[in-house]
Parts: sequence; structure tokens; C-alpha cells
Amino acid sequence: MEEFAALIDALVYTRSRNEKLRLIAEYLRATPDPDRGWALAALSDGLDFPAVKSSTIRILLKDRVDPVLWTLSRDFVGDTAETASLLWPTPDTPPAPPSVSETVELLSAMNRKTVLEELPKLLDRLDSSGRYALLKLATGGMRIGVSSRLAKTAFAQAFDVRVDQVEEYWHGLAPPYAELFAWAAEGADPPDIDNLPTFRPFMLAHPLEETVVDLKDYAAEWKWDGIRVQLVRAGQGQNAETRLFSRSGDDISATFPELLEVLPMNAVLDGELLVRGSTQGGEAGGAASFNALQQRLGRKTVSKKMLAEYPAFVRLYDALLLEGEDLRELPWTERRGRLEALAPRLPASHFDISSIVEAADFEHLAEIREGSREDAIEGLMLKRKDSPYIAGRRVGYWYKWKRDPLLVDCVLMYAQRGSGKRSSFFSDYTFGCWDGDPDKGADLLPVGKAYSGFTDEELKKIDRHVRQNTINRFGPVRETEKTLVFEVAFDSVHESKRHKSGLAMRFPRIHRIRWDKPPHEADRIESLRALIAD
Amino acid sequence: MAAPFSWIKPEPHGIYVEPADCWIDPSRPVDKALVTHGHADHARGGHGETIATPETLAIMDLRYNTREGAVPVEYGETIRLKGGVDATYVPAGHVLGSAQILLEHAGERVVVTGDYKRREDPTCPPFEVVPCDIFITEATFGLPVFCHPPIEEEMAKLLDRLAAHPDRCVLVGAYALGKAQRVIAELRRAGHHQPIYLHGAMEKMCRLYEEHGVDLGELRLVADHSKDDMRGHIVVCPPSALNDRWSRRLPDPITAMASGWMRIRQRARQRNVELPLVISDHADWGELTRTIREVDAHENWITHGREDALLRWCQLHQRRARALALVGYDDEDD
Ligand SMILES: [Zn+2]
Ligand SMILES: [Zn+2]
Repeated sequence: MEEFAALIDALVYTRSRNEKLRLIAEYLRATPDPDRGWALAALSDGLDFPAVKSSTIRILLKDRVDPVLWTLSRDFVGDTAETASLLWPTPDTPPAPPSVSETVELLSAMNRKTVLEELPKLLDRLDSSGRYALLKLATGGMRIGVSSRLAKTAFAQAFDVRVDQVEEYWHGLAPPYAELFAWAAEGADPPDIDNLPTFRPFMLAHPLEETVVDLKDYAAEWKWDGIRVQLVRAGQGQNAETRLFSRSGDDISATFPELLEVLPMNAVLDGELLVRGSTQGGEAGGAASFNALQQRLGRKTVSKKMLAEYPAFVRLYDALLLEGEDLRELPWTERRGRLEALAPRLPASHFDISSIVEAADFEHLAEIREGSREDAIEGLMLKRKDSPYIAGRRVGYWYKWKRDPLLVDCVLMYAQRGSGKRSSFFSDYTFGCWDGDPDKGADLLPVGKAYSGFTDEELKKIDRHVRQNTINRFGPVRETEKTLVFEVAFDSVHESKRHKSGLAMRFPRIHRIRWDKPPHEADRIESLRALIAD
Repeated sequence: MAAPFSWIKPEPHGIYVEPADCWIDPSRPVDKALVTHGHADHARGGHGETIATPETLAIMDLRYNTREGAVPVEYGETIRLKGGVDATYVPAGHVLGSAQILLEHAGERVVVTGDYKRREDPTCPPFEVVPCDIFITEATFGLPVFCHPPIEEEMAKLLDRLAAHPDRCVLVGAYALGKAQRVIAELRRAGHHQPIYLHGAMEKMCRLYEEHGVDLGELRLVADHSKDDMRGHIVVCPPSALNDRWSRRLPDPITAMASGWMRIRQRARQRNVELPLVISDHADWGELTRTIREVDAHENWITHGREDALLRWCQLHQRRARALALVGYDDEDD
């Protein structure tokens, strides 16, 4: 546990993404199984120990420290786990510290009754850094500026394997990821996930910007305004199971139960999740606005009424796997052919295929795109006809060509309390773009501030996000974990000396909250700079 | 006869000693000031007469050119003020020249600590416990979460990090008066005899320490050297320069900060500190409570920091205490 605690401390004080990667990778290489697997789980998705709550820690401490002194200390430090780690009396002769796996084992064995006796024994075996690491591990969120993606990237870096492969196997495995370490570190066969309904990393598009493509080589599709999803069905007979994943790989199956029983064959399909309606693309388009879809997002259970009022369906873009065959190496044209051939076997109630936009040439396509404004479609996608399906964003294969207003994806950095009616909410947001490749150590630089463009419901949700993800307090301002992506709309962007990024947006407003989008996929400063009008 | 201790009056701008018509550490100019030590929140320019240790007077002279009206008092020396008040200056162990002031009048004894610590410090004589009726103590780190580790541990952390990165430098943010010199002296004590590089703002104060007999080893100015010269070395700067453009002239610095606040992770993160060094010239919670016990005064007056928690401790331990609301003090000289 000492090494893990030292790693957590080092990560707390490290800003550079590269350095964080190096620290985690070094730990993963140097630490034996299964300790490193548990540590990786804690750093990425977090571990869940239902018996240990923040309130448990408060109860334990109030038994050992005067309640007034506890409250004063907690208020000053600002974090329950840290305050407790500092105030816990170290015994004169502490017993030997536990390993990470012993810690996990003991924590898992605790229940509501035993926790008040067992957790103190564990705390007695650690010094203040160890206690901090233990309490953070036990209560879930580490909140030390390490995303799940970063932890996986560090794993890939540690053992010189590809991060998209790690992603692919990850979703089929459970902590402490023995098979994953055996494969990456020991050279064993890769984990077998073919019969599991696991997430496969998405292929993503670059913004088109000034590029002009030849329509001989590229096909155009609408960029529908829903959320990108992956529908996966795997397993045989009784054991077949369907799951729905968001862009970040989160399992959102429970939110859309109507899609879990309708896929008749094993497949991994890429598409846009939409709600039936007529806003997007008129009657023919058959999709409601993003707002309608938003009514369905983020729910753990769904009422019959919701299902009837906002029926969801998937508009398919691509097929990755089909009835045991991996199509990802095939050119887009062939995959498209297979998808079209599949269409008659899919129930029209829940599926259709995103149509190809026919245009004589690029200029003609530009006209069509301009017209898409009335249809409330986000814009166009351009896909190279010979492109394989590759995880991540590759230059030259896929482009997104959004229509105006100018939109960029930014990451929430700071939130400030509003005024008047909103004074109890964190309603003013400062967001930033990456100053380089976020997977290679880039940092976020603030590019603007906005306090409009969301509903009261959304405000409540963001406010909750801010409170649960605060990493720093400066008076009325909170610095948050850099995890939430905003699609920010703005009229124009100009050079400015006021911001460190050198850019200032005119009339920025929150266009959409991208709960589904991982922060490293937000835009870079250079993309924003490319939008400078003069 | 006047009520007991009515001659000593805590006012918002300092402690007023009525019969002597003088102030202790006043935060605005007065005719006669008794100054505990040279930190800016205690020592201000512009007083008619300033009574302090020779070291404190030298520091004030360096900072404010206040040679006029300077009245030196050595440690252990008692001077008689107007109205039958005696003032004795006693080491406080905080920084060079720092003193507690013992005031005696009509058989009553009051000690004003100024800032103090109980740890060993190669740059100043140690704190002495002075029995008294009223003990006026600081409380900068007056919360039980504050426990400054042994300084040897923090020096080892610093030297380990330096050794691990021979191509970089470690930039240590430390207050220009006291902390910087203590860190340098402790590095020497830990066996680090390499030259140490200084931000220009540190130079004069380091020279002043040396003139007062504190050996700081070989010091060099950053401005006189190239990036390459400083690889593998320690650079000391004021905290304000840590994240400043100035640091761009350094070879890929690892940012460290020497301060008691570094005990709290968020405080270190706020300053973008990569290597927090928990080093303070103030008493931590254990030292504060131990000192209150050892001095065992009839009453404790608490100023200048987190009074609430120390007040609560006194209450829990059946000790009389009150908090004084003094203004103009800050915790920046930690
Ligand atoms: Zn001081
Ligand atoms: Zn002070």
C-alpha cells in the first residue's frame, strides 16, 4: 500500500499528462499481480465498496476527535478523506501495512455493521499518506485528475501495447484484470472477448476546415443530431445478450431497454441514437430534435410513458462485426454494402440506415450542407470510400463538416456561483481547449466563459457535477475535474491578449452538454484558431 | 486601584500598552512601537521610535530605511518604558532577530509571542518558555491537522528529487525573510555543499543573515548564470516567482514550495507545486498546545490565525482563553 500511496501523492502534485502517464506506467511495471490490477481499477473506473461511505469516515472521526475541532478542520481542508487522514491518531507501534490486494479484500468483506470496527484497524496500519490513499480508494472517486482513458493509456505505455486494443479487451474483463496483464506484460494470448457483448472503440472524424475532398473518393452522410452509440449483441442461444454503449464506452443499456430485444443476430453496429419525430430532415428524416432525446438520457429506469412519448431508434452508420465476422479491415464501401444487405433483416421499428447524400461535386455538396440548417441537422460526414474501421481519429479517412454557427467542443475547467436567482448554483462556466494532443501531455487553456444556453434541469445537473468534481476552491470559484465536455456555440473568434490561449470568443453559449463525450476528444486551440474570421 | 491587566489593551491595529503609550507590532504608524520581528505584517515603517532586537532593526532598515528612531534591545535585556512598564526581549525561534516581548507592570506579567516555533533552527536561538499571567499567542497553524514533519525528512525529499533529475533544477519557493535562509542552512546541515542559486530578490536578505553570523555556503545569482550552469542544482526564489515568467530562464524546473500550508494537498495544488515541502517557521498544533501547557498562564489570548480551534482546545482543557480580533495580519509569512 505504501507504493500505491506514494503514486497517489505523486499524481496529486503532477499537472503534466506525460508525467502522470510515466508515473502510472512505472508503478504498473514495478508492482506484482494482483496489486497492480486493483490499483489500475481504482485509478480508472474506481472500485465500489458499499459499506464505506463518506459518512462512515465522519462517524469514525467524531468518535476520536472533538466534533468542533473535526468540523473546523474539515472546513479548512475541504475534503473529508484528507482531513481524516491527517487527524487519525497514528498508534505508537503500528502493525505492518497491508498490500493493495489485502486492503481490497478487507474492504470488500466489510458490511454496514462491521465497518466501524474493521476500517479503524486498517487505518491504524497506515501513515497519513497511506490513510489518504485508503480512504480515497474505499469511497470510490479518487478525483486526482486521472481519467479512465489516461489510466488505460498508461497501461498501454507501460507494456508497449496499443491503447485501442486495451480499450477493446477492457470492457470484457473485470478487476484485477489478470488476463489483461498476462497478455500485455507476460505475452500470453489476448483475452477472449468474442462471446461477450463488449464495447469496441469508435472510429472518429476530424473537422474538415479548409480541406476540399474529391467526391470520387469520399461518400457523404448526414451528421445526425443525436448521440453516437454502439449496439452490441454477442453470445449463443439463451446466453445471447445485447448492450448499448455511448461514445465513451459507458453502458447505457438500462436507459434504452427497447433496443435490447430487437437485434436478431450477433453484431457490433455503429449508429446515431435518435428519437422518432420530424424535426431533423422533415417527415422523411423521421427524427426528433436533440432536445427530445435529451429527455431520455441519463435515466437509470424508464417509465412506460417515456418509452411511448420518446421512442428511440438507431440510425445505422456502420457495421464492425457481423455474425462472427470482423469487418473492420474491409473498406467502407464493402462494409456499407453489408449494412445495406442487413437492413431487411432488422425491424424497421428500431432501425434504419443513414442515407448517403448524393451530390454532383464538392460545391454542390456545400450547397446541400447550407440547406441542412433548416432541417436542424448538424452537418455532413465525409467518409473515404476505402477507409477501414480504425479506432480513434485518423487523418484523411473521416471528416465532419458541421454547419454554422461555429461550434467547438470545450472542457469545463472552472465554475462560479451565479447571481440573483442562480446564486445557489454554479452557473458561470469557464471552459478550455487543448493546447496540443491531449494524449501526449497537452494542457487545457481557457478560451471563454458562458452562463447561458441550458435549461434549469441541465443547470441542476451541471451544478451537481461541479460539486461532486471539485478539485480546488478559490473563493466563489471552483476548479473541477476536467471531465465534462460542452459543445459551445459562438458567433466569431478573435485574437486576444486577455486569455492565455490568445483567443476570445464572441457571444459564446452552451449549445449542448456532452455528457457522453470523453474530454480528450474536445477540440484543440488550433481548431479554434482556424476559425478566426479575419 | 485599576482593574487587573487594564493597562494592556488589544486594539484592532495592535496591542496598546497604555501607561507606556506604546504599541506592539502596530499595523499603522505610531509614535513608539515595540516590534517582535521583521516580517511585514509585524514590522512596518514610519514609526517615531522602534524598539526591537538589533537583527530586527537591521532587517527593517534593509526593507524600509528606518534607521531613525531605532532603539536596539538585546535578547534577555530589559528596558524601562514610561509609566512603570518593563519590557524584556526573549528569543521566539521564528526568524533571525525574532523575539517574544515580556511586559511587566504593577506585578503583572504579560508575554506577547509575535510569531514563534519550537523546532530547532540554525538561523536563530530557540524559543524560551517565560512564565506569565497573560500569554498572547499566535495561532497561524492553529488546527489539529497541522503537524510539521521533522525538517530532515523534508530535506531528504528535496535532495532525493534533485538527485533523480540531474538535467533539471529544483526551484524552491520560500519567503525571502527567514524561510529561505533556514532552508539553505538546513541543506548545508544535511551535507549539500553545492552552490545554491538565488532569485535577485533574495540576495540582500541572505547577505544580512551572513553578516549576522549565519553560514549559508556558496550562493550564486540566477541572473549571472546560464541554464546549463543550473542543471542539477537548487534555486531559491520568493513564492510569487514560482509560476512567473522569470522561471523560464531555468532548466526545466521542478516546482517546490517550503511552507506549513503544504501539509494540505489542495493548497499545494493551488500553487502548482509539484514537490510540497512542509517546512514552517510557525508552531504547529502540537507546539501551540504544548506551549500553552508549559507557559501555564492564567489566561491565554489568541491572535492572528485560526483562533477558533485553539480557543476550543483551551475550553476542552479548562484553560481560560479569548480570541483577539487584530487586523492587518496575514499568514503569508509562514
Ligand atoms: Zn512572522
Ligand atoms: Zn505573523
